[in-house]
Amino acid sequence: MSEVKDTQGQLWEVFIQTKKGLPFKHAGSVHAFDKEMAIQNARDLYTRRGEGRGMWVIPANAIVAVDPSDDESFFDPSDDKVYRHPTFYELPDGIKNM
Amino acid sequence: MELLDLSRFCMRLGDSCLIMAHRQSEMCSKGPFLEEDIAQTNLGLDLLGQSEALLKYAVELEGKGRTADDLAYRRSERDFYNFMLTEQPNTDFAFAVVRQYIMALYLGKVYETLVKVDDETLSGIAEKAVKEIAYHQRHLEMWVKRLGDGTEESHERIQTAVNELWMFVGELYEEDQLDLKIQKAGYAISGDEMKVYLMEEISSFLTESTLLVPESVYMTTGSKIGIHTEYLGYILAEMQYLQRAYPDAKW
Repeated sequence: MSEVKDTQGQLWEVFIQTKKGLPFKHAGSVHAFDKEMAIQNARDLYTRRGEGRGMWVIPANAIVAVDPSDDESFFDPSDDKVYRHPTFYELPDGIKNM
Repeated sequence: MELLDLSRFCMRLGDSCLIMAHRQSEMCSKGPFLEEDIAQTNLGLDLLGQSEALLKYAVELEGKGRTADDLAYRRSERDFYNFMLTEQPNTDFAFAVVRQYIMALYLGKVYETLVKVDDETLSGIAEKAVKEIAYHQRHLEMWVKRLGDGTEESHERIQTAVNELWMFVGELYEEDQLDLKIQKAGYAISGDEMKVYLMEEISSFLTESTLLVPESVYMTTGSKIGIHTEYLGYILAEMQYLQRAYPDAKW
């Protein structure tokens, strides 16, 4: 069974923007053989119910991820430095999406 | 224009969408891979939506108290006016692609005209549909090109589909008395304009996809008066089974 070949094409990660101006968020992944097919497959899987107004599709192998074994050295040092958040400012009314 | 003429016009268009929707529903679970399976089914869902809107409007204009469901489930073959092209079977993936590709070109042109008519219901339906069909065209063109310019086998299969389906294209620009009335009212372009558009578009795209445009010798005719190929009966037998076996069933 381990010999079964995956014939569905390469894996792509899909990022969706719910409204113009907002950041793109990871929505899931699709299989496709090239860019055009990837964007069409992603559209059919992830944006048929009004989920977004913008979309990026990226080859999964182009994404560089942090190795979980590096978690401590990468992320722990910021745990005790809350002052790095600008939480000590008062936000004016009318600012959205912060 | 008389309401009954407009009703019949909507019924023809709605019937073509309905039968294509059924053909596309048959593609469910038969796609080459999961993503395309969903894409094929989505094409069917769009067409079903267009069909429902058109048939609803057809019965409203007709004013005989029938419903869109009555049209879909209580008519027999000779009372259906869909193009013969739309009922052709999914012999293989290439047949489905070619059938839907040609119909997407046709529908795109039809809706493009209807968007501008002075009829809120119809222009509303067209405004929504024109966007859906634009995507159908893009998706199906991708497949025509991919299969045409793909492997030897994919090329042969899609060329076969083009050749086999070619004789059904003539109906898309054929005109009868009703068409002429509809055209006069500005609800459709002429058969000649449609023919030029389809031939130019298909020829240039097939050539780009390394495919040959068939020489047309014989074109079918008849769906405008309810004449069909052998395939429509089987579609209706399946589609109308529940209504026929258990009339007015409710759950």
